[in-house]
Amino acid sequence: MAKLVLRNLYKRFGGFAAVDGVDLALQEGEFVSLLGPSGCGKTTTLRMIAGFIPPSEGSIEMDGEILSSPQAVMPPERRRMSMIFQSYAIWPNMTVAENVAFGLKLRKLPSDEVKRRTGEILEVVRLNHLAGRYPAELSGGQQQRVALARAIVVKPSVLLLDEPLSNLDANLREEMRFEIRRLHDEFRITTVYVTHDQAEAMVTSDRIAVMNAGRIEQVDDPFALYNRPRTRFVAGFIGRTNFLEARLEGDRLGLDGFALPAGLLGRPAAAAGEKILLSVRPQSITLHRTPPANGEAEIAVPAQVVECAYLGEHWDYVVLPEGSGTKLRVTAAPAQRHQPGEAVWVRFDPAQIVAIT
Amino acid sequence: MSTTTTIPKAAAGTATTSGTLMRRLRYLEPATLLWIVLIGALFFLVVWPVAELLITSLQARRTGVFTLSNYLAAYGRQRYVDALLNSLALGAASAGICAVLAVPMAWACSRTDMPGRGFAWLTVLAAFIIPPYLGAIGWILLAGPNSGWINQAWMWLTGSEESLVNVYTFWGLALVIALHSYPFIFIFAKSALDLISSEMEDAANILGAGTWLTTLRITLPLVWPTILAGIILVFLETIALFGSPAIIGIPARLNVVTTQLWQFFEAPVRAEVAAAYAMPLLLITAALIGVQRLLLARKGYVSQTGKGGERRLIALGPWRWAMFGWCVFVCLLSVVAPMIALIQASFAKAWGRGFSFDNLTIGNYTYLLFNHDAAWGAVVNTFVFSSISATVAVALALAIAYIVKRRLIPFGSALAFLCMAPFVIPGIVMAIGFYAAYAGPPLTLYGTATLMVLAFTTRFLPIAYANGAAGMQMIHPEMEEAVRILGGGRLTAIRAVVAPLLKKALLGGWLLVFILATRELSAAIFLVGPETRTISVLLYDLSEEGNFEVLSALGGILLVITLVFVGVGMKLIGRDFMLRRGGD
Repeated sequence: MAKLVLRNLYKRFGGFAAVDGVDLALQEGEFVSLLGPSGCGKTTTLRMIAGFIPPSEGSIEMDGEILSSPQAVMPPERRRMSMIFQSYAIWPNMTVAENVAFGLKLRKLPSDEVKRRTGEILEVVRLNHLAGRYPAELSGGQQQRVALARAIVVKPSVLLLDEPLSNLDANLREEMRFEIRRLHDEFRITTVYVTHDQAEAMVTSDRIAVMNAGRIEQVDDPFALYNRPRTRFVAGFIGRTNFLEARLEGDRLGLDGFALPAGLLGRPAAAAGEKILLSVRPQSITLHRTPPANGEAEIAVPAQVVECAYLGEHWDYVVLPEGSGTKLRVTAAPAQRHQPGEAVWVRFDPAQIVAIT
Repeated sequence: MSTTTTIPKAAAGTATTSGTLMRRLRYLEPATLLWIVLIGALFFLVVWPVAELLITSLQARRTGVFTLSNYLAAYGRQRYVDALLNSLALGAASAGICAVLAVPMAWACSRTDMPGRGFAWLTVLAAFIIPPYLGAIGWILLAGPNSGWINQAWMWLTGSEESLVNVYTFWGLALVIALHSYPFIFIFAKSALDLISSEMEDAANILGAGTWLTTLRITLPLVWPTILAGIILVFLETIALFGSPAIIGIPARLNVVTTQLWQFFEAPVRAEVAAAYAMPLLLITAALIGVQRLLLARKGYVSQTGKGGERRLIALGPWRWAMFGWCVFVCLLSVVAPMIALIQASFAKAWGRGFSFDNLTIGNYTYLLFNHDAAWGAVVNTFVFSSISATVAVALALAIAYIVKRRLIPFGSALAFLCMAPFVIPGIVMAIGFYAAYAGPPLTLYGTATLMVLAFTTRFLPIAYANGAAGMQMIHPEMEEAVRILGGGRLTAIRAVVAPLLKKALLGGWLLVFILATRELSAAIFLVGPETRTISVLLYDLSEEGNFEVLSALGGILLVITLVFVGVGMKLIGRDFMLRRGGD
């Protein structure tokens, strides 16, 4: 049985649907991210799971018990969850140790156990030397660790994280991603993680639910999400891509000014003449100075380099296939240099072309 | 909308209606009940007295039939209409004097290199914390006809038989009121001037304007709306004031609205006429507070530039001593002279005999504290009423600020409005409302301590609320949500996190309400009974007897109480905790 189930969940503020029919099920110990742009409803969804907001429609269930429905909402304090907030919400009137011990004391554990578990978790987040400090004396990263320790130490049934890294600087953010993943691997707490940063979601998550305008567009593991996006929004939001319109003409895919073999597309053949949209990642396209060898001729087209930009880790090229009006973005290794105006051959990787809706 | 649910509906989802109700009750927060109690308290403290004030003014005595005759009675005599006009004239006069006293001081303190700026600030603080009617008593000792110190000195110097000054006149009263009200304008003007960057003045200088021209044409016009807001506040304070007009105005046969209201309350009490008579005061206050809010909302263009610009002080040269002299003069008039006169009288056998050892006695104090039949009781009452009111007001205000800021109930802003509403109701008008609502049956609270505490609580609720709301503003809601998600209820969150974080703000609010309550007179005088006299009421009673030595000693006691609590507040919370939010 799923640990946590969101069933047909809606939240309306006036006429505006912030959450517009969300269905999601988490297995025990699973780490799922809600990923999307600001205003997509991900934080509202998280706060509904926590019990801070009642749903307008639908329900939230944990271990088969209904926690939230429009009729009744179990208050947050009875859900046995814990949460890490965007502002950390470390209580400035308590020391690090008092912050961490607070949840254990609320659970009325014996004081020696409170002390032992507080000490253990502070060790795990490497803060034991700061146990007696007040939050005002800590750096942002240390406060973040206090928040993590405070949330994990109570062994919550579900851990909720609301953009926990958005207030950290870039280096620290990268470090904390792995820290969060490490803690999850250690404790296997069922986790819902809200973020707008795709890298964060991909590093930490077992599965990612991409949200847009109050709906979940796709739920998949990071690899599938990037390589097999199902919608235009997902393909555009996770990484960069080229959107190409195509039309099925017999066994050929007719694109703007050129064609590719349709059979290579890993998708049941569409009806002839049907228009489809393709997503082609920039790094799945390669540039060549010479015409391709036999057998590959039909997946390569001649083109011209229009723009180039060097970004250190790779080149960004914009190329225009011959006879086409659709520019393609292509990334290439740093050693592979071309000049604007240069004639090149563009080779597609059929396995990495995805039809989307 | 819910046609394509991929996950099948759970069996538990089809709960019966009664099951839903049970769940609803099970999940009900215990805190919810508390909110209902609070709404009831606000209704009791604010809504009902104001409603009763209106109803009483429109009802015939005893029969309760609708009538306008109370309004005719209230405004049917020239004497009553004159009192209203006197109040307006007095308000305008004292506001004008305040502006003259305070604006140059504020400018000098904020923008120039005048020496002794800290001293000027201290003067303003002292003038602000001295209870107004103590200043009035001090000035009676200084400028009473014939016997006042100033007149004695004048006659001695010139051999004249005539008095030089007389406090028992319109302008005497206006000056005495202004001498304790000018801190309002000072605070408003200084806070606005503090926001003006020097670049504003530099821009005028570079175009050829000198220091004085720049000050008059650029700086002061920029802060004029804020100064005007301060002037309005002083005007409203003056027309609502009871103590000084009663102590000085009644002997001077100068009748104003507040003293006239007091006469309506002399036996036989005509509360319904008083209620009708108070209406213009209420309307004028509400309207002018509205105007003042508009002026302050525009912030006198100043906030546009904010504190970003560089600020340099204007070098006044020799003029800085002239400005300093002005501050010393204001300090003498508002603090030093009246307080010395008051303290001298309190330690004198006969105050007219002046400073000499054989005139020195502590008999006035020992008489009050050990022999007087009411004084000790009044001191105790003052402490008890003030501390209970401060506690209730701060607790109520915090709870309501919490509900409003956390949006726990719909229309929370209506609660905030009710909390702030007493701000536009002059204390004396509110007292009439309380009298009408609770003095008689069914509660019959007249003359009880409960009635005094209720009135004080309501009167200072806006100050406590402004204080509590500002404190709540600083606490991120996630601080509490973190408690709740870890298993603590809302009340646990308040106890463990909100209350400790607000400790300082709450203490500041408590002290402010306490200090203001210890001097409260205009509501107390209408609701007091034989057993519930406070220091302020007793001061007023003694002033009618004309025994100035004993009167001054009681004033001295009140002054000591005030200074002790202000001192505690400054020590614990910060030097300017009383002045931080100006008049509101």
